[in-house]
Amino acid sequence: MAEPTAPASGHDRLMIGQSAAGIYLAHAILILGILIVAFPIYYTFVASTHTLQTILRPPLPLLPGAEFWANYKEALFGGIGRIGGVDVWTLLFNTTVMALGIAIGKICISILSAYAIVFFRFPLRMTFFWLIFITLMLPVEVRILPTYKVMVDFGLIDTYAGLILPLIASATATLLFRQFFMTIPGELVEAARVDGAGPWRFFFDILLPLSRTNIAALFVILFIYGWTQYLWPLLVTNHNDMNTIVIALRKMVSFADADTQWHLVMVTAMLAIVPPILVVMLMQRWFVRGLVENEK
Amino acid sequence: MLKEDPFGLKSKFVWFANFQKVLSEPAYINSIKVTIVFSVATAAVAMSVALLLAVMAEKVVRSKGFYRTLMIWPYAVAPAIAGMLFLFMFNPSIGSVAVLIRRMGIPWDPVLNGTHAMILLIAAAAWKQISYNFLFFVAGLQAIPKSLIEAAAIDGAGETKRFWTIVFPLLAPTTFFLLVINTTYAFFDTFGIVHAVTGGGPGKSTETLVYKVYNDGFVNLLLGSSAAQSVILMVIVIALTAIQFRYVERKVHYG
Repeated sequence: MAEPTAPASGHDRLMIGQSAAGIYLAHAILILGILIVAFPIYYTFVASTHTLQTILRPPLPLLPGAEFWANYKEALFGGIGRIGGVDVWTLLFNTTVMALGIAIGKICISILSAYAIVFFRFPLRMTFFWLIFITLMLPVEVRILPTYKVMVDFGLIDTYAGLILPLIASATATLLFRQFFMTIPGELVEAARVDGAGPWRFFFDILLPLSRTNIAALFVILFIYGWTQYLWPLLVTNHNDMNTIVIALRKMVSFADADTQWHLVMVTAMLAIVPPILVVMLMQRWFVRGLVENEK
Repeated sequence: MLKEDPFGLKSKFVWFANFQKVLSEPAYINSIKVTIVFSVATAAVAMSVALLLAVMAEKVVRSKGFYRTLMIWPYAVAPAIAGMLFLFMFNPSIGSVAVLIRRMGIPWDPVLNGTHAMILLIAAAAWKQISYNFLFFVAGLQAIPKSLIEAAAIDGAGETKRFWTIVFPLLAPTTFFLLVINTTYAFFDTFGIVHAVTGGGPGKSTETLVYKVYNDGFVNLLLGSSAAQSVILMVIVIALTAIQFRYVERKVHYG
């Protein structure tokens, strides 16, 4: 370089071309953004700590009220039952079963099918791959009628199997595992074979440990996918005691405004929001990696 | 493509009659319009806000992780719940934000006014999608070499100019990918929001395509029409996916 480009004094730690004012502005905009993004959730929490009377007389104060214990106790022990027909534990249990069932089921099926497609040579292999691939274009929303008919014919309405099975087949997860398996060098497979490992042994002792991060990331994504399902549980459950928490919440709100027990609804909303948020926060690193790599 | 008599005794193959009926129905044309307005607005709002925040997050060094952690919360919230939270805040009778808006002199009423209902839906849908877009934009920004930006700074390009001439074009693959994802999201995943917040109303002003498939099939029991709409929707998804994949292939070549 002919002429040295010395950074302006006082800006040493900044990147070239950045000003301190710009950084403060960036912080300000970020904080504003977070206020917008986190506000609805915070506000729900605030609402869940006030009495019904306070909520019905807007505007609601911005700070949590004194009714935290009273509201949560009422909601957890019987209050939800009065307005939703079932107690909140059943709802949470149903949702958890569904989310876990979808996450685990999808991972099992897709890892096995990806294993078959990548490592085995059998007739119609590519046909099967394309058959799986095409289902990527058919989200549940598009095939609700036929799927519903099949579930009715199997007698799976109002069962956990009916909630879980139609959502389990997943092209996305299969594709992800396929991409990952294709990066495994052929030498590794051959070495395992020379050492006398059969297909099962290779799968359990080599492939599974290698794909541990992929599985973790997928688990988070699919757990959230299962937890937040709406249309399908709405269709496939008729009895209140098979509802997921999201559906039950919607049923509570749908009454006339004055009748809605908003403070209990807000507690339920918190209970419905918190578990997936916890899962995301605790597994953030894997989740972010999985999300960004998954859908490319 | 089957037609059943009222007692369900026999069904008849009617070729494309169901499709013809659906496509000539004013309500269906209306719901196509609603879907387009909704998707375009949702994608535009969610992406521009996320891009702004991501660019800002890329600038700061301190407490970046903290911002990111708070930013991904809405991803974990179910669309239907997001809709309910917004309904709670903007409900004309008990919503606190609604009260504030009305104090500013705007006659806010999403229950009766179709435009207001639409705005509410777009806000809820976009809010939920911001975190997803944010993560992708941050990843995209990190892939841009810092030396390029510094070189431009040395050449005297201001912050705004650097963004539009360097960062934005280099971010194009991410942006395009997110555009497709966001449109798909607005098309299909927002059923919960529509169902929870407005139920397609007032009138039919917020009835999106997916909502109409559900409503015709499971509430009005027009099975043939609903199935035909499903097929049309499927064609739309395939078209969207095709665009995405053509694009991804191009990215592989030139990326």
